[in-house]
Amino acid sequence: MSSVIGRVRRPGAPEPEMTEPGAPGELTAWDRVKLARHPDRPHTLDYIDELTNEFTQLHGDRTFGDDQALIGGLANFRGRTVMIIGHQKGRGTVENIQRNFGMARPEGYRKAERLMRHAEKFGMPIITFIDTPGAEPGIGSEERGQSTAIAESLLTMAGLQTPIVAVVIGEGGSGGALAIGVADRVLMLENAIYSVASPEASATILWKDVAKASDAAASMKITAQELLAYGLVDGIVAEVKPAHERPRDVMKAAGAVIERNLAELEAIVGKKNGRETLVRKRFEKFRAMGMWAIES
Amino acid sequence: MLPPPVRAAFFPEQAGPMRSFFHRGGKFQPLQIDDDERADLAVPDGLWVKCPQCGELIYSRELENNLMMCPKCDFHHRLSARQRIDMLAEADSFEEWDTDIRTGNPLGFAEPSGTYEARIAKTVARSGETESLVTGKLSIGGQPTAITIADFSFLGASMGSVFGEKLSRASERALTEGLPIVTVNASGGARMHEGLFSLMQMAKTISTLRLMGEAKLPHISLLTDPCYGGVSASYAMVADVIFSEPRALVGFAGPRVIESIIKQKLPDGFQTAEFLLQHGMIDGIISRPDLVTSLAQVLRHYRRSPGEALPALITTNGKIATPAASAIQTDNGVPT
Repeated sequence: MSSVIGRVRRPGAPEPEMTEPGAPGELTAWDRVKLARHPDRPHTLDYIDELTNEFTQLHGDRTFGDDQALIGGLANFRGRTVMIIGHQKGRGTVENIQRNFGMARPEGYRKAERLMRHAEKFGMPIITFIDTPGAEPGIGSEERGQSTAIAESLLTMAGLQTPIVAVVIGEGGSGGALAIGVADRVLMLENAIYSVASPEASATILWKDVAKASDAAASMKITAQELLAYGLVDGIVAEVKPAHERPRDVMKAAGAVIERNLAELEAIVGKKNGRETLVRKRFEKFRAMGMWAIES
Repeated sequence: MLPPPVRAAFFPEQAGPMRSFFHRGGKFQPLQIDDDERADLAVPDGLWVKCPQCGELIYSRELENNLMMCPKCDFHHRLSARQRIDMLAEADSFEEWDTDIRTGNPLGFAEPSGTYEARIAKTVARSGETESLVTGKLSIGGQPTAITIADFSFLGASMGSVFGEKLSRASERALTEGLPIVTVNASGGARMHEGLFSLMQMAKTISTLRLMGEAKLPHISLLTDPCYGGVSASYAMVADVIFSEPRALVGFAGPRVIESIIKQKLPDGFQTAEFLLQHGMIDGIISRPDLVTSLAQVLRHYRRSPGEALPALITTNGKIATPAASAIQTDNGVPT
């Protein structure tokens, strides 16, 4: 892994900020997949520890249970109370089983949706941290309506009259990631990935061969640089070194970029009909996503 | 319009020794169809189709004459978008929208077997459809409505950019014309070839349909076999009313994916419409002979109350009409 790390660009950049759109990285997509999944990469609770004070975790979906794979709560971020919601992976086997490897169940998405409405009620901005291989596939999840839970979260986010900044900090896997990703600003860590299906699942679906996951990673265009160039994400947080090597520096960099984006959104909200403007702009952004042609 | 269900015992030659020969099982298994191939299955004239549920061999014409339901066990075979329109639309009321949107290749995606463009061109030529979603408006049992129909035979009704754009345009046009929307949903999931563009169609479709909700125009979702992934985890499962066809398989993750992860066999009936109804995920199950009357009935509930201004409705001949209040108050399902 260290030889890979040595090729990361922007060594020792002074004040980390968003990298230039579309700048080609020297790492392959598969290198990024491995970095995004690195067990020592900072997870949501690490970001909360590093960037906020007085985190008050809020539990449960009020219906069925409390999902440990998707957590949330109130926190003070640079002088304001925000609602933080994020997937939580574990470190080591025991914690990973408790966290279900960051794969949320319906009750996780229902908790997230509850906390989002809570934030809207009190006019708090929302920061989400996306870090999941995908929503949990399983019997219980299907019985309790995984599809419905994700869809309801998407629908709620589409109409929330409060600023939302989403940050893909590791793996952005499929609908389970997007469920907390319908945001005014979607940021990606430089070595994060965001994909419609995991490279392994993509290889299986497309070529019936899981061994072609690295080819799928390249074909599916899942890196931050590629997605920024497509306009599917709004910004990149530079990693001076891969996040697991210099976690505090990378988290601080993320904090600075989140703050700048949040401040811009708060400026919109502060204007006349600002909350309506915010929702309209969010709608227009997602409405424009897609690539097709009109036959003349 | 499909003819009414016919269950008469025609094709007498079927009933004799020939029939028992087909039922022997074992060595001779004509037309064994697995899931992938079923997606490609159009029923050409004069072919026998084996019912996936009861194993009955059905003459294709008999199947067509019975709303594509198995005459023996009522299994609902998959319909093409055009068959669905024929089933739902009052005579000639269907007007298709946005037929000129064509699939792009945003990622420059190529498979070992060829480019994504070539794959699309082949599917277009074979299916006669330009993409996996057909949209427009029609009249169901006297109720004008916008409609979207996913065609599973077109790359598994996977949701890519064109699917998302057509669905969004249909809901925007419904909003403009003051129409409700009925979405007839099926999908194997996201269109992998368009990567994250496909995933974002979940946010796009749900965001656009949300605006219909703001305008108090109803969205009725009809789930048909199979409906998975990005379609079920977005607009299809947050409609105002959700119906399903009997035995349709609906879920987030496909059964084979789940089985491969949990390493155990899934319970009988898992992810069927009946399973969803039992778990409180849908409003009801409607079989095909009742589909038109049931959809018309539910749509009538959302007509504005008498005295309240009704949204302008554009009739099938393109003229703008405001229905008279008396037209709403019918008790027999037939508008006056």
